[in-house]
Amino acid sequence: MSTHTITTQKVNFKVFRFNSVQDYLPYYENYNMDVNSEEVILDILDRIKWDHDGSFSYRRSCRHGICGTCAIKVNGRVTLACKQSMTSMIELFGTDLLIEPLSIKRSIKDMIIDKADFWEKHEAIHPYLISDVEEHPEHEHLVSPKEAEELNEADLCIQCGACHYACPVVEINEDFFGPAAFAKAYRFEADVRDDAHTTRLNELHEEKQGLWDCVKCFECQEVCPKDVNPIEKITKLHNMLFTQGVVTSNIATRHAVGFKHSIAKNGVLDEGGLVLYSELAGIVKHVPVAAKMFIKGKIVPPWAITKSDNLDEIKKLVESSSTAKF
Amino acid sequence: MSKLKYALFTGCTAKQSTPEQYLSTMALAEKLDIQLVELTEASCCGASHLQDYDDFLSLVLNARNIAYAEKHELTMVTICNTCQLNTAMTKHRLDNDAELKARVNQKLGEVGLEYKGTSNIIHFLYAIIDDIGLDKIKEMVVRPLSQFNIAPFYGCHNIRPSELQNESHKTPENPYNPTSLDDLIIACGGKNVDYEEKNKCCGFHAELQAPKTAAILTGNAIAGAMDGNADWMVTPCPLCHLKLDTQTQHASEAIGRDVSLPVLHMQQMVGLALGCSQKELGLKHHLVNVDFM
Repeated sequence: MSTHTITTQKVNFKVFRFNSVQDYLPYYENYNMDVNSEEVILDILDRIKWDHDGSFSYRRSCRHGICGTCAIKVNGRVTLACKQSMTSMIELFGTDLLIEPLSIKRSIKDMIIDKADFWEKHEAIHPYLISDVEEHPEHEHLVSPKEAEELNEADLCIQCGACHYACPVVEINEDFFGPAAFAKAYRFEADVRDDAHTTRLNELHEEKQGLWDCVKCFECQEVCPKDVNPIEKITKLHNMLFTQGVVTSNIATRHAVGFKHSIAKNGVLDEGGLVLYSELAGIVKHVPVAAKMFIKGKIVPPWAITKSDNLDEIKKLVESSSTAKF
Repeated sequence: MSKLKYALFTGCTAKQSTPEQYLSTMALAEKLDIQLVELTEASCCGASHLQDYDDFLSLVLNARNIAYAEKHELTMVTICNTCQLNTAMTKHRLDNDAELKARVNQKLGEVGLEYKGTSNIIHFLYAIIDDIGLDKIKEMVVRPLSQFNIAPFYGCHNIRPSELQNESHKTPENPYNPTSLDDLIIACGGKNVDYEEKNKCCGFHAELQAPKTAAILTGNAIAGAMDGNADWMVTPCPLCHLKLDTQTQHASEAIGRDVSLPVLHMQQMVGLALGCSQKELGLKHHLVNVDFM
């Protein structure tokens, strides 16, 4: 006989409500409910609709974490409603839970948002295999297990939008492709059968779309329900720009390369030197703040930097271990 | 109990643009009777930008830094969130990939070093909480910060990715509801300000590449703390500190509102509560004046 017991506790849900057709402003409705330890968030959404207010709206479909439609925010954390157990949410946040759509400014009705921007960016990175396949090939295009491993993780994306709407840059810069689109771009860039390599990479490298605008906050990795790890894929795309010779000199690429030069010279970073190397003539715009910092003793001139001890080791390692050129 | 002893990886910033962070680390360590062995051989961690250019080189350099902590048979303490991220990430990857570890060690072997994986890597904030304890800090407070509303600013690279970060310290931190810094504020007698941006990004890593985005994030963070009635902010990360303390003008222009608050390093806050002098804590090195003491 099973010893498993189901427990129940009272939870207060503060739920975002908005009907873009009739409401001037969104509002929040409170629902006090008994929640049992077997339930997931989607069960709660269902019960709000079935037991409290039939007009409450949200997206759902597969109930198995595959379709990616039911992603919402609980206390600011993006989650798949069908996969996230109530027990884990209560453990993380207690019994006062805030239920909101992925993006408040894109809400159409309650949890349902307009995901057009997500799909436009997805489309823009050419999310398909680009290959001149012969109509009657003589043999299969074999992919080794090791080669397949390179793209396996990125291939797990279910396009739920969790990372996209958790990304602070997407919120600010409408041109930014966002972590999901970049991870998808990587998925095809890493595919040995794909022939689009430099074309797609060149497009990603353009500043407007912002492959270099990532702020490295790791919100996308934290939030992904499928462990796609988008920020790691963004880093790999950066690496590819260099290894495939697509990269051109801009402030971001000089900034990345500048670290190597600084380390090879001093072991530690020459902060001022790095900004100069990255900005070139653009350095002038930093002068006012730099002057204030200098007065406060926050600027160390290049000749006064304390270099790392055993610097010869570092120089040797930079020489022997470098794998990229620019 | 024997004296606490750690290998200190200062990172680059503490020796250049945030000298007050180095000073306050040393002053606080003395107050807490902690012995810090400074890893003067360490190189820059790459700050997650070298990683964009040459991932393998960044692994080798970070493994070298850890190897020096291992030579001392000490836990490595970091005082910068980004140093913590890149060093802990290196450790995690090498400890879970024997082939990669062998490749890295082949390079380190050329200079007579080896990465073994024997030293833990922990940010000073969590070392204090784990090894000293909040109760002990509370007992040691001689100048309670009770008249202040203090806004904690956690900094991304101490709380995300949480799976990695929670490997280094005992009490798991929830990146969506972090508590360590709040708890430390309370232990120092202060009132912790709860606000939405406390676990958000300051924008530092895109400051040159995407200045507008970065400035808006900085502005939002300070504005959130101000709206929460904070008298000042506190952060464990010198890079967040640089952004919040030195970029207030750009931040104000970017969000169309004047924002500015004194920002203290975690070490300065605890140091103040424990009776360190303003000079020991380097309070004169801030752009937004720390004049409330």
